[in-house]
Amino acid sequence: MEIPKELLYTLEHEWVRVAGKNAVIGITHFAQEQLGDIVFVELPEVGSLIEKENPFGIVESVKTVSDLYAPTSGTVTKVNNELEAKPEMVNNEPYGAGWIVEIELADEKDLASLLNSDAYTKQCQKEME
Amino acid sequence: MKLVIHGTASFFKTPYSPLTMSTVASLKTTPLIQVHKKLGGKLVPFAGWQMPIQFQGVIHEHQCVRDGVGIFDVSHMGEIEIRGPSSKNLIQKLMTNDIDTMQDNQALYTLMCREHGGVVDDLLVHRFSEDHYFLCVNAANTEKDFAWISKNADGDGVTIQDTSRETAQFAVQGKHSEALLQKLCETALNEIKYYHFKKAKIYNFESIIARTGYTGEDGFEIYMHAGCAKKVFAAILEAGKDFNIQPIGLGARDTLRMEMGYALYGNEIDEKSKPLEAGLSWVIKLGNADNFIGKSALAKQKSAGNKRKLVGIRLRGRGVLRPHYRVLKNAVAVGELTSGTFSPSLNTGIGLCYVSPECAESGTELEVEIRKLRVSAEVVKLPFLPTRVKKN
Repeated sequence: MEIPKELLYTLEHEWVRVAGKNAVIGITHFAQEQLGDIVFVELPEVGSLIEKENPFGIVESVKTVSDLYAPTSGTVTKVNNELEAKPEMVNNEPYGAGWIVEIELADEKDLASLLNSDAYTKQCQKEME
Repeated sequence: MKLVIHGTASFFKTPYSPLTMSTVASLKTTPLIQVHKKLGGKLVPFAGWQMPIQFQGVIHEHQCVRDGVGIFDVSHMGEIEIRGPSSKNLIQKLMTNDIDTMQDNQALYTLMCREHGGVVDDLLVHRFSEDHYFLCVNAANTEKDFAWISKNADGDGVTIQDTSRETAQFAVQGKHSEALLQKLCETALNEIKYYHFKKAKIYNFESIIARTGYTGEDGFEIYMHAGCAKKVFAAILEAGKDFNIQPIGLGARDTLRMEMGYALYGNEIDEKSKPLEAGLSWVIKLGNADNFIGKSALAKQKSAGNKRKLVGIRLRGRGVLRPHYRVLKNAVAVGELTSGTFSPSLNTGIGLCYVSPECAESGTELEVEIRKLRVSAEVVKLPFLPTRVKKN
């Protein structure tokens, strides 16, 4: 199971890659594996506000519908429109081409509550027991 | 990310509902449970059984059956054996299809109805001889079916036995299934015609090999004693390597049947539904002299005319359909989906829905409510894909 060191994580299996005032968000390797083949991603609009711990999008696999929860608050600056035609990229490259949105952070202090890779690894191990 | 249940279909919960110790303890398992675990199967509760929903992934498994061959453990299905001189009369009395004209070694799809016309179950009848049949029924209905059949037996001249627990069943489906199984079987499989079966040895174990299935592909359903199941399953997987065989879970079983527009008990048909509206009139023989339970109610429904019709619905853009999504025409609700899924072959959402006859025409423009959005869809002729079963 791939859990990159440089990312931050949530208990709901989203990852966050922070670069200055912006952050890219996706779902983790563990999450995509649990869901199975992802066949549809519902994205927010560019310019919309997403609010920490509130749903901002949807990921559907053949058998499941899952809400995406915002790891942190901010304004959506980019969405990964390629997922419309190729949602399977979330399975194939969850930390790369399968990214979901980019936001401008509302408050960088919000990031403090996110998990580092060690804490997230423990969380996944707990869920697999 | 949190799993959310939009709609209330039980199938939804299965991939993610955790298998706690208490649920596991109460679930039945097939003889292959350990094999599934070893093969990486994701186990979920289904109809009181612990079953693999997927191995490699639903889409991969789906394509494997459409393009080559796959094997399903469907040992959760129920088997009921009926013997004795009154067998034929009892089965004819219970079934909507024509039992009388069945030949030995023939299989028949039929409904079993209540007096009011509601469906007890949809099932396959297999005839060994006039006084010996076996039924393959839905897992969740096995006990109910057994009780209903027993209640309607006149007592003498027939014995009814639920052989589900000692019977294992595999489905081998896909265009290579005959060539593959022939490697393990001396009986000429090309002599088994569609909806016929033979008692034969497979990998030297007694079995019943039927040319039936639930995928729309050529293929076989194989019944054997549960004690042989592991060995036969392993032999089929081994012999199937040349054909790139894969184990297939219930997830792909559902997408495969959906593309064929096949009814699923509990979704399209149940105790309350009207089977004539479900497009099942071809298995309801109202014109025959024989009486069956539910015949007069169904004849009455037929003369009154269908108020609704089960149709196929396909999204025009990309998306996924789910059971219970609302369907609208010109912003007015016309029904809700009984089944819905993502079709790997068509690369979009497909569903089944009862609508009024004026909405049932192919090409009718509809909308499906997916969460807050209304998404463009249309009525399509069933099946969604042409069937490739070997009807010769």
